[in-house]
Amino acid sequence: MSGVEGYMYPNEITLYWSVLIVLYPYITGLVAGAFILASLERVFRVEAVKPTYRLALLTALSFLLVAPLPLVLHLGHPFRSPEMYFTPHDTSAMAMFGYVYMWYLMAVLVFEIWLDYRREIVQLSQSSKGLLRVVYKIMTLGSTNISERSLALDEKVGWIVTLIGIPSAFLLHGYVGFIFGSIKANPWWSSPLMPVVFIFSAMVSGVAGVMLLYMALTKLRKQKIDMHCVDTIAMYMFYIFIIDFTLEMLDLIHRIYEADESFRSLNFMAHTKLFFSQIVVQILIGTITPLVLLFLTQVVKLPEIARKRIYVIAGCLAQIGIFAMRWNVVIGGQLFSKSFLGYTTYKMALVTREGLLVAIGLTILPLFFLWVLVKLLPPWPEKNTGQIAAAD
Amino acid sequence: MSSFKEAKHLFHFAGLFVLAFLVFLVVRHYVVPKSFGEYGHYRGAAIGDIASRPVKFAGHQTCEGCHTDILDVKSKGKHAHVNCEACHGALANHADDPSIKPVLPDTAVLCARCHTASAAKPKGFPQVVPAEHSGGVPCQTCHNPHSPAMDAGGAK
Amino acid sequence: MNISRRQMLILLPAAAVAWESVLAGTPETSPNYQMSEHWWGMLIDVSKCIGCGNCVRACQTENDVPDGHFRTWVERYNVADEDMTEPTVISPDGGKEGFPVAEEDGKKYFFVPKMCNHCADSPCTQVCPVGATFISPDGVVLIDQTYCLGCAYCVQACPYGCRYIHPQKEVADKCTLCYHRITKGLTTACCEACPTGARQLADLKNPNDPIHEFMRTHSVQVLKPQMATGAKAFYNDLDGSVR
Repeated sequence: MSGVEGYMYPNEITLYWSVLIVLYPYITGLVAGAFILASLERVFRVEAVKPTYRLALLTALSFLLVAPLPLVLHLGHPFRSPEMYFTPHDTSAMAMFGYVYMWYLMAVLVFEIWLDYRREIVQLSQSSKGLLRVVYKIMTLGSTNISERSLALDEKVGWIVTLIGIPSAFLLHGYVGFIFGSIKANPWWSSPLMPVVFIFSAMVSGVAGVMLLYMALTKLRKQKIDMHCVDTIAMYMFYIFIIDFTLEMLDLIHRIYEADESFRSLNFMAHTKLFFSQIVVQILIGTITPLVLLFLTQVVKLPEIARKRIYVIAGCLAQIGIFAMRWNVVIGGQLFSKSFLGYTTYKMALVTREGLLVAIGLTILPLFFLWVLVKLLPPWPEKNTGQIAAAD
Repeated sequence: MSSFKEAKHLFHFAGLFVLAFLVFLVVRHYVVPKSFGEYGHYRGAAIGDIASRPVKFAGHQTCEGCHTDILDVKSKGKHAHVNCEACHGALANHADDPSIKPVLPDTAVLCARCHTASAAKPKGFPQVVPAEHSGGVPCQTCHNPHSPAMDAGGAK
Repeated sequence: MNISRRQMLILLPAAAVAWESVLAGTPETSPNYQMSEHWWGMLIDVSKCIGCGNCVRACQTENDVPDGHFRTWVERYNVADEDMTEPTVISPDGGKEGFPVAEEDGKKYFFVPKMCNHCADSPCTQVCPVGATFISPDGVVLIDQTYCLGCAYCVQACPYGCRYIHPQKEVADKCTLCYHRITKGLTTACCEACPTGARQLADLKNPNDPIHEFMRTHSVQVLKPQMATGAKAFYNDLDGSVR
């Protein structure tokens, strides 16, 4: 069999978890990270990041809507997926996905966005025309009460929802790490650190993602980027990134020092098949480089234009690094034999159901959702007041 | 009760939740297979489905019901513990309908599969280098496959 | 100890079952079969395996196993005495057509038949999100292929590489311990076809099963005991280099 070195159990030669399963933790990570950024303002009162609050929520929602798609598409029988809701197996981490996902989508994100936008929704349902008017009318859920007291109540409830949302975001992504970390058969995955590493890398990618989106969208709208806001986000990203990197290195050093029965096999893999994606892309380009760049912005007083460029470069590199980390976990975990005697190869298809084109499509789809959401529920305060003024 | 009035929209949202949950419960009631949970967290009827798959190897007990003459020869020889279908292949269709005649195995392939000498085989297992042992002469020329030892009266 | 045919007949009440009743029936309706009276496992005697591949072929015939996938397969180990952690292992096409002739090279050779261990604490059934794979009341790990999503989580969770996704059905597939045979009083296809008795179906709940005597008098081991899966494929004469 081509692509096999050494000995694989004969059923291991084919990889069953493809690039779509790489995409899935990456996308849910962006959701969890974006939500944590939103909660910084709401719960922890970091006022500097306020300009990104609504954008972060909408980003989280648009990525969350896409998150289950790669999972469902990779199933042999996608139409049987509701079974996960009807007969969830209580010992399966994967079975809990359906419920955690639903909870996070409806009880946290949609509810919080609805509460936060209710005033605008009610106003728009009266001012807009045609089909849009119907859409906004439905979104009011039949209540046009936007009195001071009801809005104050919304504010309180919203705060509580965000408070519940933080552990929910951790749960959503921590459980994704648990799916891998709890597989005792696979030493590359089996680690109690896995959920924690997943959560912190999720926060890095989500915070960086919202920062990049904010800078790009502000540029597109020809507005001035709020540097105080971006500086603050970059600072948080830097600190979270340090924790994430520390945890990953702890895991690595622990493996090297313990050098258990799987070590020879995994070490060999990291030096050959995974060398480029793990050592070069994930660690050197995707982690150490952005960390050094962000470190510079923290210790050296750089002009605004230099900081902006560094943030964009560091944000993009962090995305690449986090994606590579998901790749190395998911694909790397299937490249070696559980006999520790051989290695197989992953050949990514191009146009199949689990191919590269579908993966690219699924990466772009959330941006499309975000575009629709931004049109429907503008996250920009200036523009809002302008519209409301015009409506009045 | 004015505070209740101010929170009315929240109850609308909660109402949607409850409604969706009720719909879910109703759908669940109709969709989950009846035997689910009969023995554990799975469809109990699946056990019966799997157990009723067709059999292809009839089993030596079935063969021996008719081929008593072969059984007599075989049970005295070194192949006594080798089941019929180990050499003859799956023959449930023959057991079901004896008019279906099975193909006689080719001893050159069949015997060599087990008895070709290899350093990997257990040392006590009888093994030969076929070319040296018989020089291409078919195995059954000297050995009766049902009782292969040449000194046991099984040989032709 | 050799398990004689006489004992096999005690073990398998098939002789008493008419062929007609063998052909059809569910465990509940099958004569003489009560799920609660059995707890199935397998005894694999490494010292008896000659690597003929009969079991692999019989399994593929009996269960329509797709090409390139294996419910059972045979491995050939070649171990040097100075480093038993790095054996050379081959399994050409799962050992289906036997193995190339091995020449004496001063190293240790042996064959190891592999199959689903029908673990009592199986990690594969644990992770199934919907309850499509399960341990039957008589101790066999089965898959409900009409209910399986094909998510392959169970494939990842099996430490022994015993599961695969059926390329046409797109659901998980694996050894059923020939459940359609053992519930009718027959032995599995691999045991039926094994010429040396290297594989023996074992009913751990049956006090007359020779497995009990065998386990008491031999050095028996399971694969990857550190995984604590409650594996019920018991290996006699298993070398420490096998994983």
